Amino acid sequence: MLKFIIRRLAITALTMLAVSLLVFLLLELNPGSVAVKVLGPYSSEEQRQLWMAANGYLDPLWQRYLTWLVNVATGDFGESIRFKVPVGEVLWPRLWNTAILAFWTFAVLIPMSLLLGVLAGMREGSALDRGISIASIITTSIPEFASAVFLAAIFVFGLGVLPGTSAMSGGFDPAQLVLPVMVLVLYDIGYVTRMTRASMAEVMTAPYIRTAFLKGLPFHRVILRHGLRNALIPPFTVIMLQVNWLLSGVVVVEFFFAYKGFGALLLEASLNQDIYLIQGCAMVAVLVAVTTQTLADIGYTYLNPRIRLQ
Amino acid sequence: MTDRTSPAPVVSAVSRQPVLDLQNLRISYFTRSGEINVVPDLDLKLYPGEAIGLVGESGCGKSTIGYAIMRYLGNAGRIMNGKVIFEGRDLYALDDEELRRLRGNRMAMVYQDPMSSLNPTMTIGEQLMEVPIYHDGARRAEAHDRALAMLEEVNLPDPAAIMERYPHQLSGGQQQRVVIAMALMAEPALLIMDEPTTGLDVTVEAAVLDLIATLRRKHKTSIVFISHNLGTVVRICDRIGVLYAGELVEEGPIKEVFNDPRHPYTRGLLSCLPSLDADKHSAPLVPIRGTVTVPRNRPPGCIFAPRCEFRQTGPCTSDTIRMGFAPQSERHRVRCIRQQELPAVLAPVAGTETDGQQGTVAEPLLEIDNLRKYYEQAGGMGFIGSETTEVKAIDGISLRARRGETLAIVGESGCGKSTLAKVLTGLETATGGKVTLDEIDLTDMGVDKRPDDVIRRLQMVFQNPDSTLNPSHTVGYTLERPLRQFANLDGEKLKAKVLSLLKAVNLPAEFARRKPRQLSGGQKQRVAIARALAGSPEVIIADEPVSALDVSVQAAIINLLADLQTERQTTLLFISHDLSVVRYLADRVAVMYLGKIMEYGRVEDVFAPPYHPYTEALLSAVPVADPNVKSKRIVLEGKPPSVLERPAGCPFATRCHRKIGDICDEQPPPEQRFGPGHRIACHLPRAELAGMDPVINTGAAAE
Amino acid sequence: MSTSDQTARPLLPAPAMRLLRMIGLLRESPVAMIGVGIILFWIVVALLAPLLAPFDPNATLQPFAKPGTAFAAGDGTFWLGSDHLGRDILSRIIWGSRTVLFYGFVATACAYGLGIVMGLAAGFYRGWIDEVLSRIGDIILSFPILVLYVVIIATIGASGINIVLAVTFASAPGIMRIVRGLVLEIRERDYVAAAKMRGESAWYIMFVEILPNARGPLIVDACLRMGYVTITIGVLGFLGLGLPPPDPDWGGMINEARSMALAFPHMTVLPCIAISSLVLGLNLLADGLREVSLRD
Repeated sequence: MLKFIIRRLAITALTMLAVSLLVFLLLELNPGSVAVKVLGPYSSEEQRQLWMAANGYLDPLWQRYLTWLVNVATGDFGESIRFKVPVGEVLWPRLWNTAILAFWTFAVLIPMSLLLGVLAGMREGSALDRGISIASIITTSIPEFASAVFLAAIFVFGLGVLPGTSAMSGGFDPAQLVLPVMVLVLYDIGYVTRMTRASMAEVMTAPYIRTAFLKGLPFHRVILRHGLRNALIPPFTVIMLQVNWLLSGVVVVEFFFAYKGFGALLLEASLNQDIYLIQGCAMVAVLVAVTTQTLADIGYTYLNPRIRLQ
Repeated sequence: MTDRTSPAPVVSAVSRQPVLDLQNLRISYFTRSGEINVVPDLDLKLYPGEAIGLVGESGCGKSTIGYAIMRYLGNAGRIMNGKVIFEGRDLYALDDEELRRLRGNRMAMVYQDPMSSLNPTMTIGEQLMEVPIYHDGARRAEAHDRALAMLEEVNLPDPAAIMERYPHQLSGGQQQRVVIAMALMAEPALLIMDEPTTGLDVTVEAAVLDLIATLRRKHKTSIVFISHNLGTVVRICDRIGVLYAGELVEEGPIKEVFNDPRHPYTRGLLSCLPSLDADKHSAPLVPIRGTVTVPRNRPPGCIFAPRCEFRQTGPCTSDTIRMGFAPQSERHRVRCIRQQELPAVLAPVAGTETDGQQGTVAEPLLEIDNLRKYYEQAGGMGFIGSETTEVKAIDGISLRARRGETLAIVGESGCGKSTLAKVLTGLETATGGKVTLDEIDLTDMGVDKRPDDVIRRLQMVFQNPDSTLNPSHTVGYTLERPLRQFANLDGEKLKAKVLSLLKAVNLPAEFARRKPRQLSGGQKQRVAIARALAGSPEVIIADEPVSALDVSVQAAIINLLADLQTERQTTLLFISHDLSVVRYLADRVAVMYLGKIMEYGRVEDVFAPPYHPYTEALLSAVPVADPNVKSKRIVLEGKPPSVLERPAGCPFATRCHRKIGDICDEQPPPEQRFGPGHRIACHLPRAELAGMDPVINTGAAAE
Repeated sequence: MSTSDQTARPLLPAPAMRLLRMIGLLRESPVAMIGVGIILFWIVVALLAPLLAPFDPNATLQPFAKPGTAFAAGDGTFWLGSDHLGRDILSRIIWGSRTVLFYGFVATACAYGLGIVMGLAAGFYRGWIDEVLSRIGDIILSFPILVLYVVIIATIGASGINIVLAVTFASAPGIMRIVRGLVLEIRERDYVAAAKMRGESAWYIMFVEILPNARGPLIVDACLRMGYVTITIGVLGFLGLGLPPPDPDWGGMINEARSMALAFPHMTVLPCIAISSLVLGLNLLADGLREVSLRD
């Protein structure tokens, strides 16, 4: 098990290394265009050359990459072109805001989707199952920006019970979190519910469930001890992977509701060609995604004795 | 050791209340295309202590009956008529709680696939302890002790350790013992066993069957034993019921049914079975013609009539046929109106000793010399710090297959017989040694390096009928492709050749347009044989070609292979785990164990003393479908060691019942020769080998 | 019995027959039929856009018209209102369906082409090819998808072709994983061994023996993925990273009208309904197909 964890961590590190190379190449392969982005389109050729010389952009590619890599590894992403401060100073507070959003999203998403999925999968083909399945398909078919529009139309313009922006300009206000969380949950719940349902339905047809019934165990014991324990292993991984998913979703939701989070920052950086900020955001996003993936793998192995005890 | 004929009923059966009473049972499944009546009308009584075997081919409804008795038919299945009376109570009138208290307590079940029948995320101990906890309200400590005692009773080594293990950490045989232990935890009155040994290796199967017989005697449990294998039924049961398309066609005490089968289907089944003492020359198998009637198209009258040799249009094909008693018996029932008119059962044709086939010894065509195949196995799951170990799948075997001869390779799973097929066909390349086909060296020639002509000369037939044909291609395309490749045919000639191939394997011409899913298992296997024949090969390797087929179909395919081979003088390399089939079909046999050949010789020499101890154990393990045959009981301890921990000396030493000492563990056994081309790799003194008794004692001296 | 020209030939080529049979099976699933209906509706709308659209989608006619307002300076009615530049929303939605369906289909098809080739190669050859392709796939898949799009579009700019490129780049690894998994399973079947033993080429085995047997799960996945690509195109448009204006694009319409959503909800709600319904159609079809394929 320990060996597996070490190996998994090594793979994570290698993946991050490859990702850093990809990000670096995508954004900095051509030093000239970096200079244009930093100094603006109206800078003179002479200014650009001076800037490139001063910032090491005339060095060979691999040397630039190594320097950049060392800086990134120590948390130095450079200075944001737009905000004129080190990238970290804008990035970390924004990430924290997104973490708050993510926390509440998961706090609603996980119990609801597991409950619905288990209820649907327990009796495959029942009316409840079909209802939940159709509802899941419908919610996953509505993109986040569309459900944001719909929900805003209902709760902000129609009923007027919720604020339409979540900029938190007057300090932290829980009411401003409601709509963003609702949008994120609504889009994702169908998927997680369906995965849970599929897993539960498969387990319920497994021969060992038959064994449990024919052993004369009460229904609740069969479901809780034999069914759930096995049925929740795949959804565990699925839920962990939703972190990756959520990092996409927050871009749309934060943009729509003007929430000062990580996603809105990335978009802003991108629209303003703020390449150091883009690099910082991308690296941090991938780090979060890869870390949760690693945790998911380790957790899956732990939950599954068939793999754990080889 | 013990005399093993069919056990006598443990408790006298007469005039007592039956444990189980099935009355006019009618079971149907409901699908979107309507009702499918699987079991039309079943009557059966089981008295305390009795064991009845229900046998039949796939789709005959035997498992359905088992689950109907447990009242577990799923959403689609329903009892349409009749009753299941268990210990005097109508099971289908009970409420859920009453039913729950019976299940696992008074009636229990053992399943076909033990691995998937056990919960993968719960320890064995937990799963066993649930029974006393939920049925007797036992405390955990008490439940633990009872589970431990039960594991001991099913002969599991180190039960305390097994309690803490998860199912995947046990071997198949051990898992089945756990399932049996679980079923017996509450001392049930009735045990349903659904193919409990199917999928186990023959030596493991024999040990599990012995265990069931012992436990049965000890606990006086009534058993419904469901199986497709007549031999296993003979070992366990005192009564047998033969099912055909959901109907019980014959039922009675084992000896009466076997010695005097009254139903044409029972007779057909028995004549399909190859036995350990007959070969293709002395007693050809007689397959049942046609295919199993599907429940949807049940004919009026006798259900077996469409396939029956003795059918009389009119009496047999109009009214429903009822069960009647066989002459001079009130326990042997038969569902055939002509049972009195049937000819007496023919005694098996005595083996004609003339061996016209083997008059001249043909020259060797395929020569295998000290062949080795080792695999590198990665120790872990990634690329960092993974150490590799060497798996010796084949460890130095030498064989010769002559032109027009059948060479059989027998052994249990993991012995390397399928790896041998892969190396010979070039799907894998050998690690060492030499393979030549007609003096062409194939050793380092993977299939991609072989010239077309070599490829053509060596073709293969596979085990699994469902995976042997590409479901996207028609039968015609499947046969055309190799013909284009090897014979360069096209146009009319190609079509004509496809038809002649279909004809050669007894399939109608219109099958050329069919897709595999429109074929039965036997038909698919025929197409696969036709495909192998397309290039007129000189060697056909057949890897378990009949093991997935029902016996009546199996007989037809075996006959087809034998006929084609004689006709075309093809060399057949027949890989199988089934000793009866091998005995029937082969001219020469190699017995493999852990990648080595233990014994090799002409089939009549290998199946008679002197034996290699492993051959002896294998033979004794075969469940023989004849209550009059007595075979020696040799119980092998444990399971074959994995190829990773191969012993330094004789590979069989760890399980051998005739082991003589450290020499077996430490030194590779010498090859001892007996008679022409018969060799045995064993340390036993020559005299002891030569002095062995036959394992199988055939019926002449029954009783 | 004599000549082989009696062999009855089916009226249509095999793939067409297969399609017909599949639709026949689908009829049993009402869910799938609703999906097919929605998709067909949008396809017809896209094909007949010049006939159906009452106005030129890019003509600035009369700003901020509420739904149902008659066009003051000419014939016609703004059935669904007009936007801030005075363009007819109904016409823009109708023409926008062309954009979405075209780029959705092309991007999905490109991603599938690449993904299938990569998956076949990785699953069939195994070894270092598999290792390299799978690692590359893992790296791309470890990006949160939108982060990847934002980085790519920031680098190469926003245009139709770049959207197709970005979608292909980001989706092909996922398709590769599915194909690879199927190939790993199918390559163990005996008919593949039989083909190898016949000396067939790798190309033949991959495309004739293996790929046709993977089509069931792939068709289901393709429907789901096309729905997801539709969402992606919408999201990129919504974030201002999509097709450059002024051509109509559902996501872009929502983006442009976002700031006026408070006063004129019809400008945002209607394109949202359009895109959601198309995705719903694809998802329902995928669900029905899966159900049908499981039943077989």
